[in-house]
Amino acid sequence: MAGNKGRGRAAYTFNIEAVGFSKGEKLPDVVLKPPPLFPDTDYKPVPLKTGEGEEYMLALKQELRETMKRMPYFIETPEERQDIERYSKRYMKVYKEEWIPAGPKPKKAKDAGKGTPLTNTEDVLKKMEELEKRGDGEKSDEENEEKEGSKEKSKEGDDDDDDDAAEQEEYDEEEQEEENDYINSYFEDGDDFGADSDDNMDEATY
Amino acid sequence: MTQAEIKLCSLLLQEHFGEIVEKIGVHLIRTGSQPLRVIAHDTGTSLDQVKKALCVLVQHNLVSYQVHKRGVVEYEAQCSRVLRMLRYPRYIYTTKTLYSDTGELIVEELLLNGKLTMSAVVKKVADRLTETMEDGKTMDYAEVSNTFVRLADTHFVQRCPSVPTTENSDPGPPPPAPTLVINEKDMYLVPKLSLIGKGKRRRSSDEDAAGEPKAKRPKYTTDNKEANLDRFHQHFRDQAIVSAVANRMDQTSSEIVRTMLRMSEITTSSSAPFTQPLSSNEIFRSLPVGYNISKQVLDQYLTLLADDPLEFVGKSGDSGGGMYVINLHKALASLATATLESVVQERFGSRCARIFRLVLQKKHIEQKQVEDFAMIPAKEAKDMLYKMLSENFMSLQEIPKTPDHAPSRTFYLYTVNILSAARMLLHRCYKSIANLIERRQFETKENKRLLEKSQRVEAIIASMQATGAEEAQLQEIEEMITAPERQQLETLKRNVNKLDASEIQVDETIFLLESYIECTMKRQ
Repeated sequence: MAGNKGRGRAAYTFNIEAVGFSKGEKLPDVVLKPPPLFPDTDYKPVPLKTGEGEEYMLALKQELRETMKRMPYFIETPEERQDIERYSKRYMKVYKEEWIPAGPKPKKAKDAGKGTPLTNTEDVLKKMEELEKRGDGEKSDEENEEKEGSKEKSKEGDDDDDDDAAEQEEYDEEEQEEENDYINSYFEDGDDFGADSDDNMDEATY
Repeated sequence: MTQAEIKLCSLLLQEHFGEIVEKIGVHLIRTGSQPLRVIAHDTGTSLDQVKKALCVLVQHNLVSYQVHKRGVVEYEAQCSRVLRMLRYPRYIYTTKTLYSDTGELIVEELLLNGKLTMSAVVKKVADRLTETMEDGKTMDYAEVSNTFVRLADTHFVQRCPSVPTTENSDPGPPPPAPTLVINEKDMYLVPKLSLIGKGKRRRSSDEDAAGEPKAKRPKYTTDNKEANLDRFHQHFRDQAIVSAVANRMDQTSSEIVRTMLRMSEITTSSSAPFTQPLSSNEIFRSLPVGYNISKQVLDQYLTLLADDPLEFVGKSGDSGGGMYVINLHKALASLATATLESVVQERFGSRCARIFRLVLQKKHIEQKQVEDFAMIPAKEAKDMLYKMLSENFMSLQEIPKTPDHAPSRTFYLYTVNILSAARMLLHRCYKSIANLIERRQFETKENKRLLEKSQRVEAIIASMQATGAEEAQLQEIEEMITAPERQQLETLKRNVNKLDASEIQVDETIFLLESYIECTMKRQ
């Protein structure tokens, strides 16, 4: 009633004075486009903190970034096969150690959950003591690494085909192995010796 | 998890662990806990790669697993832990200030590798230190072990939860994933490590040990240790409080507060609202040696601190010369409020900041009153109020006079809800860091060719210097990079440094805001 200033005139439901516009028609233009992406700011940002600590942390950060790329935890995406293999690629390969989480493989689990079931560690420790008694100082460490390596290799294989029997067999094989660097299978086939090893030889055979 | 957090986590994972781990990690953050096969199916990656990625994530404490009913193992990502990766340089630098280089390297190795056994850490750190020492000198394992033990004693390093030892071996098949437990008391135990040896070669240490009885052979420990991030956070919080007191009052009062905080380090848990009461006599005895202020002066300082409107220190009793506590939650709230005020000031100007502080003080205030109290002309005051309102620093509280909530008959009161403003600011911080990282990656990618060229040239120069080349040859090689290219490299380096430094600073704000939000949520 009181607000009707004529038909068709817009009447605000609130007191326009309260918002700050006087009772005229000087309302600002309607904005038809989104605000600019990088608007000019009246107040520029404060400069960054500088100091010994900040510089050290900066250097640390950049170093850590580089180091993480070389760690075995950084999993590279396998590149697609290129049509022509570039010659220089062979010489630009970065050496990266393979990291396999410690701990023996789970017996029947479908996933490689991490954990150290105490039973297997006890076995390992027992074996270490046995080998110590045999009197090999350095070799026992290598053996241990070999054992871990073979255990993990078998973990990487199909989890569905895990058999306890197969594990035990592998274990025994490792135990009975002699302490030298030769692989047993090298000299098994006396007839074929020499013929198999031609594959990767760089020197010429006479 | 907000979109901004997920984006930031994705960028961090990608930078640190590569794209495969990033894909899996982000998928887990987005969808919550999932079993292995579902992850592989949903992300379209092979089972093998998912396993590898999960191994990496679990090793670094970013993903945890749980056995649910029917023997299904589900993996869950910890988004907040991923965001901690931003803070690694700060953790390492803090350890350097407290425990010098040895401690710094220990924490660095622990953070880079997630978890490690004590023997592995000690070996790695000793080897690294030996490399940097002069020829002939080697780093003693015992010294590194000692630093490690000290870190464990002050709780900066803790044991990871491990598989519980079962008395009788399980007859049936073991569970698909072990449930890890850790006893509270054992968290900071350190194994008796009898590693004899120096940094250089393991062989030599074994030869030394050959003549000694079996008991002294190097024992390799099997339980893992990790860095205790909460303890670091506690230390940062204490640092922030001490520096706030120093800014507000003077050096001596900040030293008093630092002493009080140090005395309550181990006795108070990190989420307690205030420290244990400390008597003025105890504080006097524990002041650092250099400070010889008399007892009366100390009492005066304590009274001043307790009367301060900021209420960092409170008086809780009169026994023992006066019992004083530090109000941790109030201190964090003040710090968060100060951050908000400073942001308003830098963004909108000091007049806006005045209005902001006024509304904070009055809690609820009408628009007309704002103009009167702040002594700012009406039009400007309204403009500023609306600007802050639109940016969500303030909110409106409606109080209707009539049941029909007619706008002309309703009171509108401006108010600042610190918790929600802090959350809004935190969200903005996450977005800023994500932008900073993206920009840095963009800049590096743009100049990739130039960077590679300069690296090659440096490598050539280094190898030539090693083999002894003349000055002229070195000059020639250096000229391979032209002057404008050099300038481009300089600009790139400056920009990348600036972006990196900004990331570190924004992370400091994030720490303050997160601590405040966490302690407020706990209180409710």
